[in-house]
Amino acid sequence: MNFEEFAAKPLLAKAGIRVPGSAMAATVDEAGAAAEKLGDVMVKAQVPTGKRGKAGGIVRATSAAEAKAAAEKILGMEIGGYTVEKLLVEQCASIAAEYYAAILNDAASKGPLLMFSDQGGMDIEEIAQTQPDRLRQIPIDVRHGLSTDDAKALVAPLVDASQHDDLAELLVKLYQAYADNDAELLEINPLAVLDDNSLLALDCKFTLDDSAIKRQQELSLSGTPEKLTGRELAAQQLDLKYIDLEGSVGVLANGAGLTMTTMDVITHYGGSPANFLEIGGEAYTKATEALKLMIDNDKINSLVVNFCGAFARTDVMTEGVINAWQELKPDIPVFFSIHGTGSIEARQMLTDRLGMTAFETMDEAIQAAIQAAEAKS
Amino acid sequence: MIVRGSEALLVQGITGKQGSFWTGKMQEYGTNVVGGVNPKKAGTQCCGVPVYASAVDAMNAGTHFDVSILFIPPLGVLAAARDAMAAGCKRIVCLTEHVPVRDVMFMMSEAKERGVQIVGPNTAGLVTPGECFVGFMPAFDSTIFKSGNVGVISRSGSLGTLMCLNIVQAGYGQSAFCGIGGDPIIGTTTRDALVALDNDEKTDAVVMVGEIGGSMEEEAAEYAATMKKPVVAAFIAGGSSPPGKKMGHAGAIVMGDKGTYQSKKQALEAAGVEVLATPSAIGAALGNTSVKLA
Repeated sequence: MNFEEFAAKPLLAKAGIRVPGSAMAATVDEAGAAAEKLGDVMVKAQVPTGKRGKAGGIVRATSAAEAKAAAEKILGMEIGGYTVEKLLVEQCASIAAEYYAAILNDAASKGPLLMFSDQGGMDIEEIAQTQPDRLRQIPIDVRHGLSTDDAKALVAPLVDASQHDDLAELLVKLYQAYADNDAELLEINPLAVLDDNSLLALDCKFTLDDSAIKRQQELSLSGTPEKLTGRELAAQQLDLKYIDLEGSVGVLANGAGLTMTTMDVITHYGGSPANFLEIGGEAYTKATEALKLMIDNDKINSLVVNFCGAFARTDVMTEGVINAWQELKPDIPVFFSIHGTGSIEARQMLTDRLGMTAFETMDEAIQAAIQAAEAKS
Repeated sequence: MIVRGSEALLVQGITGKQGSFWTGKMQEYGTNVVGGVNPKKAGTQCCGVPVYASAVDAMNAGTHFDVSILFIPPLGVLAAARDAMAAGCKRIVCLTEHVPVRDVMFMMSEAKERGVQIVGPNTAGLVTPGECFVGFMPAFDSTIFKSGNVGVISRSGSLGTLMCLNIVQAGYGQSAFCGIGGDPIIGTTTRDALVALDNDEKTDAVVMVGEIGGSMEEEAAEYAATMKKPVVAAFIAGGSSPPGKKMGHAGAIVMGDKGTYQSKKQALEAAGVEVLATPSAIGAALGNTSVKLA
C-alpha cells in the first residue's frame, strides 16, 4: 500500500527525523492562509504517483498571493491519471546539498537493504545507471538492526567527515521507522543538507507491506487505497483478486500462476482476455461470488473456466460455478478445463448438472472460447 | 529441495481443516508423518500420530523429524518456524501466503545462521512421485504425477500442476517437483532448485515454470548455462499482464523495466533454454531430447 508524501512524512517525524513545517490545503484560500503562516513555501500536489515536479505539480511561492496562484494552477491538475485534490504547503529551506537515503526489502539478500547516495533529487534508477560509484548500499541483518558504525561506514566515502555523525544518526532513525511500520520501502529523496549543515527530509516515499496490513490496521488508514474499478472494488470486498482488462474472453481460474497463464495462452492464440480473476488459495470456496461478479461485464463474449487443483479442490470450485450458472442462467458460451485435486467428481458434476463436458486440455478450451467470442462479436 | 520417503515429517497445525485433510493425503501417498503440533490439543492423536504442544516438545518426547511443514496462519508463521528451528529441524516447508515480509526476513536470518533450509513461504510444496510428498499438491493424481526423469521447478502451485499434467500427457514422468513459492522473498530460489536437480541422480532434464516479477529467472538462467543436465524448457507466466499490478502473487509485479517477461525470456534464451508460448508445448520440447518416456 502506497502512502502519499503528506501521510509518509509524519512517520519520519515520529522517528525523530526533521521534516519541513507544513500545512495541508484543499482550496486556494487554505493554501494562501498556510503561506501567510509559513512564509516562503513550496506548494506540492499530493497524488499517489511520482514525477510530480516534472508535471508542474510542485511550485515555489514567496508570498500568500503567489501561493494562492500556485494552488489555483495545481488543484484539479491531472498527474499520472490522478486529479490533484489536495496540496501540501511546506516551508522552504536554504539548501546546500541533496542526498538520497532508502531502506527496502531486498530479495537477493533476503533482508533489509540500506541505500545512500550524495546525489539526491533524482530517480534512484538514474543514479544507479549514471553514477554507480555515488550509490552505496549495505544489507542489514534484520535481527541485529542498523548500527551507527555501519551507517557511518556506508556514508563515509561519499560525504564530508563533519556530517558523518548526523547522517549516521538519521539513518539509524530511518531504519527504526522502516522496522516499526512494516515498510516495503521507506525513502527520503531528497534529503537536504541546509546551510547550517543540519539535515531535513524534503520528500518521503513509504510503501506498507500489504501482507502486514492486518497488524498495521491503524497505520493503513493513512495509506492511499489502490485506484479500482467498480468490479475490482467489489472483488476486494469479497477478498478476491480481480483486474479489469480490455478483451472479450472472460477468465475464471484458480491460482495466480494459472490465471496469468490462461491470459497468456488466450493472447497466444489470438484472443484477448477480459479480466484477471483468480480464486486460488483460501478463496477457492468463493466460485459462486466470483462468477456472479465477472459475468456482469458487457465486454465478455465467452468464458474460460480453467481449474488445476492443488490446494484448491476443483470439485468445490466447480460446484460453486454450477450453482451460480443455474441461478443466473447467463447467455454466454462457457468452456471448461478441469484437472487436479477433485477433478473426477468435478467433471461428473458438470455433466450431470449442466450437461457439459470439460475439454481434455486447457489449450482446446481456450481455442474454443476464442472462436465463440469472435462469432458473437 | 527433493524429499525422500525415508524422511520423517512433523506437521505444525495438523488439527486444522486443511492440516488434517492434507496430512491424510500425504500419509496415503507414503509420506512418513511422525507427529503434529497444536498447543491446544497436546496429548491427543490426529491422523494416527501424536499431537504435541510444540516442535521442541515433540523433539523432547523423542520424536525425530527431518522436515516440518507449516499449516499456520500468516501472523503465526514466524513463531512456528522458530519453534521448528529450535527443535533442530533442518528443513521447513512454509505453505502460508501473506506472511508479513518482515517476519519472513527474521525467519531467513535465523535459518541462515542455523543452516536450515526454508522452502517458501507461499509454496505448494515438494513432490517425489512414487515416493512421498510434502505440501498440498495432487501427487496422488496419476494423470498429473508419474515417476520419471523430468525435474520440475515452479513458483506457482496451480501452474506447476498444469505443467506436470502436460508432461504426463506427453508420456513423460517427473523425478521431483520443487514448488518454491510465489512470495517476493523466499528461502529457496529457482537457482537453488536447479542446483538440487542438477545433482539428483534420477533427474535427466529440468523444466522451469516462472512468472513475471523479481529477477529469479534471470539468476537461474545464468546457472542453467553451466549445468550438467539440460534445462529443456521454461514457461514464464504473465507475458500479457499489465505492468504495475500485483497479479495475485505478491511477487508477480512488473516495476518499470524490472521483472518483465521480455527480460526473463531473453536471459533464458541466451542460456539455451527454450521459452514456451503455452505449457502444452512441453511435450514437443521433451520429444527433442533423449529423456526417457515414463
